[in-house]
Amino acid sequence: MLSFITRRLAATLAVLLVASFVVYMLTANSGDPLEALRTQNDPASVAKRATLTEKLDLDTPPFFRYFKWLGGAASCVIGQCNLGISVIRGDEPVASALGNAMQSTLSLVILATVLSILFGVAIGMTTALRQYSGYDYTVTFAAFIFYSLPIFWVAVLLKEFGAIRFNEFLGDPHIPWWIAITIGLGLALVVQAVVGGHVRLRLRTAGISFLLTSGILILLDITQWLKSPSIGIVGVALLGIGLGALVLFVTSNLTKRTLQLSVGATVLAVVAMWFPLQFLWFYFNNPFAIVVVAVLLAGLGVAAGFFLGGDDRTEAMRVAAITGALSTAPLVLDQMFMRWSDYVQIIPLRSGVISTIGANTPVLANSEDTWMRMLDSSTHLILPTAALMIISVAGYTRYTRATLLEVLNQDYVRTARAKGLPETTVIMRHAFRNTLIPIATIVAFDFGAVIGGAIITERVFAWQGMGALFNQGLREVDVNLVMGVFLVTGVAAVVFNILADLAYSALDPRIRITEA
Amino acid sequence: MARKKVTAPNTEQLALSELTIEQRQIEGLSLSTVVRRRFFQHKAAVTSIIVLGIIVLLAFTSVGTIVGGTGRLAADTTNGEIILDGLRISGWWPFDWYKNYPITTPGGLPSWEHPFGQDTLGKDIFARVMRGIQQSLTVVTLIGFLATVLGVVIGAVAGFIRGWLDSLLMRMTDAIIIIPGLILGAVLGRTIGGNAISLGILLGLVSWTGLARLVRGEFLALREREFVDAARVAGASNFRIIFRHILPNSIGIVVVNATLLMSAAILTETALSFLGFGITAPDISLGQIISQYNEAFKTRPWLFWWPGFFIVVVALCINFIGDGLRDAFDPRQRNMPKSMSLSRQFRELTGGGSK
Repeated sequence: MLSFITRRLAATLAVLLVASFVVYMLTANSGDPLEALRTQNDPASVAKRATLTEKLDLDTPPFFRYFKWLGGAASCVIGQCNLGISVIRGDEPVASALGNAMQSTLSLVILATVLSILFGVAIGMTTALRQYSGYDYTVTFAAFIFYSLPIFWVAVLLKEFGAIRFNEFLGDPHIPWWIAITIGLGLALVVQAVVGGHVRLRLRTAGISFLLTSGILILLDITQWLKSPSIGIVGVALLGIGLGALVLFVTSNLTKRTLQLSVGATVLAVVAMWFPLQFLWFYFNNPFAIVVVAVLLAGLGVAAGFFLGGDDRTEAMRVAAITGALSTAPLVLDQMFMRWSDYVQIIPLRSGVISTIGANTPVLANSEDTWMRMLDSSTHLILPTAALMIISVAGYTRYTRATLLEVLNQDYVRTARAKGLPETTVIMRHAFRNTLIPIATIVAFDFGAVIGGAIITERVFAWQGMGALFNQGLREVDVNLVMGVFLVTGVAAVVFNILADLAYSALDPRIRITEA
Repeated sequence: MARKKVTAPNTEQLALSELTIEQRQIEGLSLSTVVRRRFFQHKAAVTSIIVLGIIVLLAFTSVGTIVGGTGRLAADTTNGEIILDGLRISGWWPFDWYKNYPITTPGGLPSWEHPFGQDTLGKDIFARVMRGIQQSLTVVTLIGFLATVLGVVIGAVAGFIRGWLDSLLMRMTDAIIIIPGLILGAVLGRTIGGNAISLGILLGLVSWTGLARLVRGEFLALREREFVDAARVAGASNFRIIFRHILPNSIGIVVVNATLLMSAAILTETALSFLGFGITAPDISLGQIISQYNEAFKTRPWLFWWPGFFIVVVALCINFIGDGLRDAFDPRQRNMPKSMSLSRQFRELTGGGSK
């Protein structure tokens, strides 16, 4: 395993070196950093030119300058990055400029990638299972349209309709009953198409989902939930039950009594922990609290699985632990929503809740309260993430659909069905895992595209991320800045590739990287 | 399966019965005939070809085009009018994309005279969008052509010859793939870009990587087949084996991926122009128009809707054509019998259906 990773790393690093050389030479030759000064007749400009030439070491040919830069970059390995200084950012060291930018961009990119995979795979699987149905055709057509959308166009549209109009709506959140019923009907139509089956089953699912959706919407309107949203212990309980059911479904254990018991006990434990955890959230106001709580709840799940698992003890422990760890999300959300009313007071009146500018509100950037900071970043992340997702999701959907259809034609799926396994088990255990193998490769490829998308999205939403640095650097021929951005994206791409390789070997027992 | 009594079949019937239904459908037809037939059955693809044809015709005949020259704006020495450097071929549309006209409606609202409206300077948006489509299509065609040729040649050589040349070419491909496409495109565009032709050539020179990998994989598999041995025994040169024997067998992969590459190319070009690293003023591209009018979305939405609409339509058409080609070349993706239709299920449920 270790030797595989080192060999892989060495090969990719060599490739990265060549690529960095290419980018360096191209950027260095892309323009003249002194251009603005050359056109001035001001006598001081000669002196300025001389200092700038010295600072940027312009008398050295780019070929040799690259190796100087490389020497500085190589010292990152021993923890002292010297990526040069950025002249256009007031001689700020590139490493420190990148530090801030990296955080916001990578959080955007990773969030968008993860969500795209989740949604894309889920939608793709449902379309494959309902092949050649109306739902399949609709989604395929929608995927084609999304695939053809220019991201900068989508981002501007989202800014207008997703933020400005939605903020107006949030200012006076009133859902008329006819809108609630229309949304309910629309969702019912989609749900029955996904669930499929005989017309009787379809009518029943449609009826239930219609009543649920419209009911919830009308309830939200009556209780004015959107004005002061909160989750509370009831919300945590409901979300926990939903998560538990989802985990059971995905692991195809929905009908097993012992597992139902273990997961149910875990959810109960989470709800019971809600009150004591309030103290932890308050006194341990730090992002690490999430990790601590996740581990704690997973531990509770393991215990529940151990005592209630019966014959399926190992499986029960695993499933319950996953449920417990995932239940941290509703708890954190609850903390964020508790600060909602304060948050609405703090943010500038004009901008509204869903923000279109920057990665955070300047006043809150250094807030002591982690959960408040998180709420602030979330409202800023929503739109750029949505813009990035629209395009990625379409790709994953199409790819998952094609792969799952191929897998479903394999002999081992026929065997599984012939053994009399329930269809859920066939899909989730036999087909789904094999579908994930080729998708792992696509993730690494897609990552580069998402980075490119982020550069554009950041510009539309005025983020001070790596996209902004790259734009600025390239426009004014600041080679060090461009190379800094390239280095981060390149390293991220390498990391993603290696992760994909590892996922590959974990998913497919035929691939043994230990012996290779 | 029910058993039937078979009366002694002659050999021809026996041979026929061994063919599947699919094989019988295409029996005795050449590959190109089969592909063409299947392609023309794909309604979305055929519609897309027609729509794309109409757009190309509209874009090039309406405002005409300009050939040669630097494309810079200049003032005509005789009457002081703004002209472009180069041979101008005019079209049937009365307005030029680079001239300002008096604003006819309040705020430049779309009217019969200017159907797509006008901007603050009085420029006719229809003419600008048409010119933008021309530029984008030029870039896309160049990228598609160059990337396909390079991808096929590099992939074919790497896959057929193998050895150190293969390793070298594939490491080169890796080096280009690891640079995020937009970053590479922006750096190149900033260096030598500016007009459609140079941008198209530059992007074409770096977009072949994905196709090269696919072609290489295909060649690695096909070169072990018997027909290659047969050709070699017959004395065919490597060149002939690559281009006359193996390449026609992998034409499906090449055509389909070239199409998909082109639909990605239009998005890349417009994105680069949006950032200001692609086609730059005084030339026009669809992305550049959107970038220029980005702030005016509230007051003059038509400046924003039309260029975006045409980007989406062109990209969508190319994608659908690619999908049609894929279905035509890949006989595995056949139409399957539909499950019982919903309306019939309904009739059964209400008891009024025919059995």
